Amino acid sequence: MENLIALLVAAPLVGAALLLCGGKRLDRAGHWIGTLLAVASFAVAAVLFADMLGKSAGDRALHQHLFSWIPVGGFRADLAFQLDQLSMTFVLLITGVGSLIHIYSIGYMEHDERRRRFFGYLNLFLAAMLLLVLADNYLLLYVGWEGVGLASYLLIGFWQHKPSAATAAKKAFLVNRVGDVGLSIAIMLMFTTFGTFAFGPVLAATGDTGEGKLTAIGLMLLLAACGKSAQVPLQSWLGDAMEGPTPVSALIHAATMVTAGVYLITRSGAIFNAAPDAQMAVVVVGAVTLLFGAIVGCAKDDIKKALAGSTMSQIGYMILAAGLGPIGYAFAIMHLVTHGFFKAGLFLGAGSVMHGMNDEVDMRRYGGLRRYMPVTFITFGLGYLAIIGFPGLSGFFSKDKIIEAAFAKGGTEGWILGGAALLGAAITAFYMTRVMLMTFFGEKRWDPQEVHPHESPKTMTIPMIVLAVGSVFAGGLFSINDAFVSWLEPVTSFEHGHSPLSATATTTATIVVLLVGAGLAWLMYGRKPVPAVAPRGSLLTRAARRDLLQDDFNHVVLVRGGEHLTRTLVYLDHSLVDGAVNGTAATMGGLSGRLRQLQSGFVRSYAVQMLGGAAVLVAATLLMRGV
Amino acid sequence: MSFPLLTATAVVPAVGAVATAALPAAKRTAAKWVALSFSLATFVLALVIAIRFTPGAKGPFQLTESHAWIADFGVRYELGVDGIAVALIALTALLIPFVILAGWHDADPLEETRPNRRWRPTQGFFALILAVEAMVVISFEATDVFLFYLFFEAMLIPMYFLIGGFGDGAGEHGEEQAATQRSYAAVKFLLYNLAGGLIMLAAVIGLYAATADQLGAGTFSLPQIVEARAAGHLHLGAGTERLLFLGFFFAFAVKAPLWPLHTWLPNAMGESTSPVAVLITAVVDKVGTFAMLRFCIQLFPEASKWATPVILILALISVLYGALLAVGQRDIKRLIAYASISHFGFIILGIFAMTSQGQGGATLYMVNHGISTAALMLVAGFLISRRGSRLIADYGGVQKVAPVLAGTFLIGGLATLSLPGLAPFVSEFLVLVGTFSRYPVIGIIASAAIVLAALYVLVLYQRTMTGPVKAEVRKMPDLRVRELVVVAPLIALLLFLGVYPKPLTDLVNPAVEHTLSVVDKQDPKPDVHVDATTGGSRPGHATHGDDAEAAK
Amino acid sequence: MNPVYYLYLAALLFTIGAAGVLIRRNAIVVFMCIELMLNACNLAFVTFSRMHGNLDGQIIAFFTMVVAAAEVVVGLAIIVTIFRTRHTASVDDASLMKL
Repeated sequence: MENLIALLVAAPLVGAALLLCGGKRLDRAGHWIGTLLAVASFAVAAVLFADMLGKSAGDRALHQHLFSWIPVGGFRADLAFQLDQLSMTFVLLITGVGSLIHIYSIGYMEHDERRRRFFGYLNLFLAAMLLLVLADNYLLLYVGWEGVGLASYLLIGFWQHKPSAATAAKKAFLVNRVGDVGLSIAIMLMFTTFGTFAFGPVLAATGDTGEGKLTAIGLMLLLAACGKSAQVPLQSWLGDAMEGPTPVSALIHAATMVTAGVYLITRSGAIFNAAPDAQMAVVVVGAVTLLFGAIVGCAKDDIKKALAGSTMSQIGYMILAAGLGPIGYAFAIMHLVTHGFFKAGLFLGAGSVMHGMNDEVDMRRYGGLRRYMPVTFITFGLGYLAIIGFPGLSGFFSKDKIIEAAFAKGGTEGWILGGAALLGAAITAFYMTRVMLMTFFGEKRWDPQEVHPHESPKTMTIPMIVLAVGSVFAGGLFSINDAFVSWLEPVTSFEHGHSPLSATATTTATIVVLLVGAGLAWLMYGRKPVPAVAPRGSLLTRAARRDLLQDDFNHVVLVRGGEHLTRTLVYLDHSLVDGAVNGTAATMGGLSGRLRQLQSGFVRSYAVQMLGGAAVLVAATLLMRGV
Repeated sequence: MSFPLLTATAVVPAVGAVATAALPAAKRTAAKWVALSFSLATFVLALVIAIRFTPGAKGPFQLTESHAWIADFGVRYELGVDGIAVALIALTALLIPFVILAGWHDADPLEETRPNRRWRPTQGFFALILAVEAMVVISFEATDVFLFYLFFEAMLIPMYFLIGGFGDGAGEHGEEQAATQRSYAAVKFLLYNLAGGLIMLAAVIGLYAATADQLGAGTFSLPQIVEARAAGHLHLGAGTERLLFLGFFFAFAVKAPLWPLHTWLPNAMGESTSPVAVLITAVVDKVGTFAMLRFCIQLFPEASKWATPVILILALISVLYGALLAVGQRDIKRLIAYASISHFGFIILGIFAMTSQGQGGATLYMVNHGISTAALMLVAGFLISRRGSRLIADYGGVQKVAPVLAGTFLIGGLATLSLPGLAPFVSEFLVLVGTFSRYPVIGIIASAAIVLAALYVLVLYQRTMTGPVKAEVRKMPDLRVRELVVVAPLIALLLFLGVYPKPLTDLVNPAVEHTLSVVDKQDPKPDVHVDATTGGSRPGHATHGDDAEAAK
Repeated sequence: MNPVYYLYLAALLFTIGAAGVLIRRNAIVVFMCIELMLNACNLAFVTFSRMHGNLDGQIIAFFTMVVAAAEVVVGLAIIVTIFRTRHTASVDDASLMKL
């Protein structure tokens, strides 16, 4: 069985190689090849999953060692895979949702002349993400980690002729690289501390290690997670990443990329458990981001950017849960999976809306679309209900558990975190209701002469329906007998948190804030018509529209500062370093020019010099003798 | 006596150089083919060396040849290779055919000039390339310090003519200005390297004097000196050793180049044609870093340890400085040159971190940097020859017009920024780990270059390849077959060595261990002893061993 | 007679010669002054030979004469050639030593 693991990664990788090197011959069949290989990977995952379910919880983990990758001295990195329950969960999510997005893209990208290449990149994305979750050591994970960054770079900048897309792609890659530095330092620290960076030995040895080192490793891993999962302070790339085609956004936000940070922290649970300070940092980052993203999501008029803010916020929930330790890991992953369903559904729905609206993204030019695209409306609506945590749907189960776990952290911290999570839930309900109302309800704010909204083709609607089904039922299914938690328990371990609030109280509170948030949105956007031009808004609204001024800060401090620094250095290199060299040359040249004057060519001047020289020699001889 | 394989590998390109140069002016195409076939023959010989070489066999050097040469001064014709040399000879022999192919039309006479019987630039161009190859190969093989010095210096002559004599016709201010800048660059290259070489000559003579004084008979032989040292017959004394070390190191630091001795490189690489730029940075400069490993550290271990802190700081400055300056460049080739300075900083960092990961990584880095820079620079050359400009601002939207060119350029760029999966990642990470395990702060600061590298590569790619298509670029043809033949194997190799670098590491590891044993340094021990279990591939003994460094 | 007087005479002659070389412009005169200096040296050599009682100085004097003769041949030839082409024998008119 374990020999199948490599096949998971290999299938999409072969697809990427075929499609990217195949040339024009594959233009007509390219999208089918890409989709087929993604589905094939899912099929292999399903087989492995079935096999895994047949075993007892203790020996479900599979291991496949391919070959020794980098052996230098004590440094040994292997190309080896590890498939345990945690990886399996991710693999199913990635290949499953990934395949659906592939199918969707067949329709969405139908008129793009570079569709073959698009599918090549999608396959590369899947392969990199699978490598990330299947690696059995941190260095191989790092390969997948950066591979995901590369694939996202290629996909975000897919429409390269648009300068904004090229810039957004570059920004995503650069911000991610900052996080990658964290991961690489973490790996170096592991190597110097443990002499290895394979999951097994490192995570087993955390007990014997000083807390300081573990805290350092944990903080570096957190930095990495911040980059990839778009957490404060490295979240700025996520909004710009909406420049890519919509299926890419769905892929980045639901199945791959941003979930990587949560995976990393959960996988490294043993390190964080032994380093409470690092854990605290994780929790703080998660809590801050979940509010940050939610606030940004409220102010955006671009439907994709509003959803991007929402992703940031939801990932914040997951990071928060992962930072809570064994009481939260399983819930983080559970929320990740349910989020994978409904966020993919929402993005595909948004793509479907854009598809029917001539690629218009401004929600102020939507309105009343429910009659024109019923399937999109229903699937999007189900996704909406799931994300706000409507009782009975997926998001309700997973988010509720995280809020409960946050309260269970205990003490003042618990109250603050729980409060933040509840507040986040209220804002989530607000902005998602706003998106819903502005898009599908109210009056038409578009010109019927120019725009002809229509339902999308089957290749696009079917994935949306499948995802909507998942959004509705996944959470409930996972919660039967705590199935999901006990499935993950051998890997992530699990403790029951003791919340100061009873479970019923938490659930009631969640439902109340949900109603408040949604009601507020209805008051503002449902009851009265939405203005076609955005009002000026309060100071907070304006700041939130600009991503809470984070880009402005980056621009002033990093971009401007960097430009000045490089310009100064270029100048100094020319004038100072090279100037010293050229100065030496010039001095020598000048000196020789002076000396040349002595060689006048006139016999008598030479005669004087000779006489003078002879006189000096004689005088010197006499003087020397005198001494 | 067995077949003198090492000599043959150096002689074949030398003969090729003579043969190419001797062809009459009219046989221009024939000259190209002659040069190409000789370079391919050299590559075959290099492969034979790699096959005949047994990694981990006894003794530091293999396939040795030794003949008396200038008996009065103890100069011997001594050749021998260790794993590091084998890897670099293979790299050199591999790159030269690509350099020749890429420069196929670089030395064609301009159409308006009438064929001249005596001036034969085409023959000269390819003959000079082969001459450089011969000298570089023998520098990698020489185990006699004097022999090494001879060819280390002699290769400046053909390089001087290659830089000064051939331009890419893409200067900003017309051909006349370009010729002036070219000769400036060539003279700068020559003077810099001569200055370094002369100081080294003094140190070479000093070394001879010291050995003559203490061993009875003076010698230049590296194995003999190392052996005498180990046996305690030779004791240089701290002051002498440091001076001699500095003399050697200065020459190699100029060649490598290390900050602040780097300013010749951007000029030389910017003004010369891109195949010559590849020759400079991927082949000739490697002799400098290679010689640090082979001569500086092995001849003067104590002085090397003494100088390590300063050298590490300079290397760290190189890493960041080169990267920052690359960000600020307007000229594609100068950008790549500054990126190379940053990479050479990494190599030197790895060498002087004195860990097996650092030095092994540095050696891998030399090979990988050679391949990746060759890929990036040659594609940049193809790009520049199409538009006739080196300025980044003159391009835009090339991706739309020439997707294959843009794709290969991107892969070359990604290799330059050390993307995992491509070969340079392996070496860069090893260097960083090797540095970090002994000098954590330097390792962390050097990691910042990971971000800077992404910045300069992606900015370059964005400005040249993406965005709206510029009018001047609209008619640009995609890569031709000859150009694809040059780039595709390099990219394949980058991928292969990124995924499976084991052949290279197996070759290099024993040589690195030998070097470290000469310096008497061991890898720092991890804080926690971990019994490796996963996969059963990690031998537990890796963490054993007393380490004097860790004790301090 | 005290041989030191000969040395005084030699020094005097040498000074006259040197002054002539420096002051006069006519190449022929400069040449004659050089001869004067050479002969002053010869006189000194012979004197020293006498003082030390060996023949070394006299041998050197012969060498000097031979060299002087050769020099006269070459030098005069050059001066005559210059005079032919430039119609002057002034040393200040020619700076042919400098390209």
